[in-house]
Amino acid sequence: MLSVAAVLVMLFSALLSISVRWLLTAALWLAVTSAGAAALLYMLGAHEIAVIEFSVGTGLVPVLFVFAMSLMGRTSSMPTPIIPRTAAGGLALLCLVLLGLTLLPINTAGQDKVPITFSQILWQDRSLDMLVQIVLIFAGIISVLNILRRTDAEPPGIRHDH
Amino acid sequence: MIIDMYAAGIAAVFGLLGIGLYGLMTLRNLIKVILSLQIIGKAAVLAVVVAGSISGEIAIAQSMAASVIVADTLVAVIGLALAVQMQRCHGSLDLRTLSMKFHTPPEAENGG
Repeated sequence: MLSVAAVLVMLFSALLSISVRWLLTAALWLAVTSAGAAALLYMLGAHEIAVIEFSVGTGLVPVLFVFAMSLMGRTSSMPTPIIPRTAAGGLALLCLVLLGLTLLPINTAGQDKVPITFSQILWQDRSLDMLVQIVLIFAGIISVLNILRRTDAEPPGIRHDH
Repeated sequence: MIIDMYAAGIAAVFGLLGIGLYGLMTLRNLIKVILSLQIIGKAAVLAVVVAGSISGEIAIAQSMAASVIVADTLVAVIGLALAVQMQRCHGSLDLRTLSMKFHTPPEAENGG
């Protein structure tokens, strides 16, 4: 019952986050979506990922959105859509139906395997992936710093003779 | 009861994916597009964890979900930084306005 409530909260807030006019409100609804996803992840047994999703999705990402909006000074936008809404809804539904036909029914066999701990997988079997992720995070930080840098200096080759 | 949990998880995956795709197709604001990508990323995380939970490989699923969260957050960070620069340089976040601006031939801009 709790899982159904978490799913309903998540879907409702996701729908609101793409449909509200104010971008700040949209970011806050995205945080609620993340909280619902974290609750569902916890109920599915992924406790560590639930905590990470809650801290990143509910804490970090909305703060980034608010920071970007404060830099831009724009908080609302509701232009007309590129694709008509009915066509977009139909295409999204078609994608979901095709995905469902591919995936379902799900085979639930193989649940009685020897359990391996999350930390064992993360730090031993996938240690190279962790290293790549750390490099990726630093590369992302450097990229953002470069993108956000104000280029007030004139490009080389331009001279002003006063 | 556990089957209900899986069904709820699968419903959440499909619902979030549908909402994210619909947002990507209809929204023209760059911030809203990044927001739609975030919703699709949450669907991906949930899908990996639900699949791992069903197959009994929850630890591997969690380690993969961590990678998805990292990549998704980096996409949001770099996308937001690019949106800030778009707003600074071109004064707009509207995708149609930006694409018109980038595809205008130089002759038309110079009035010739």
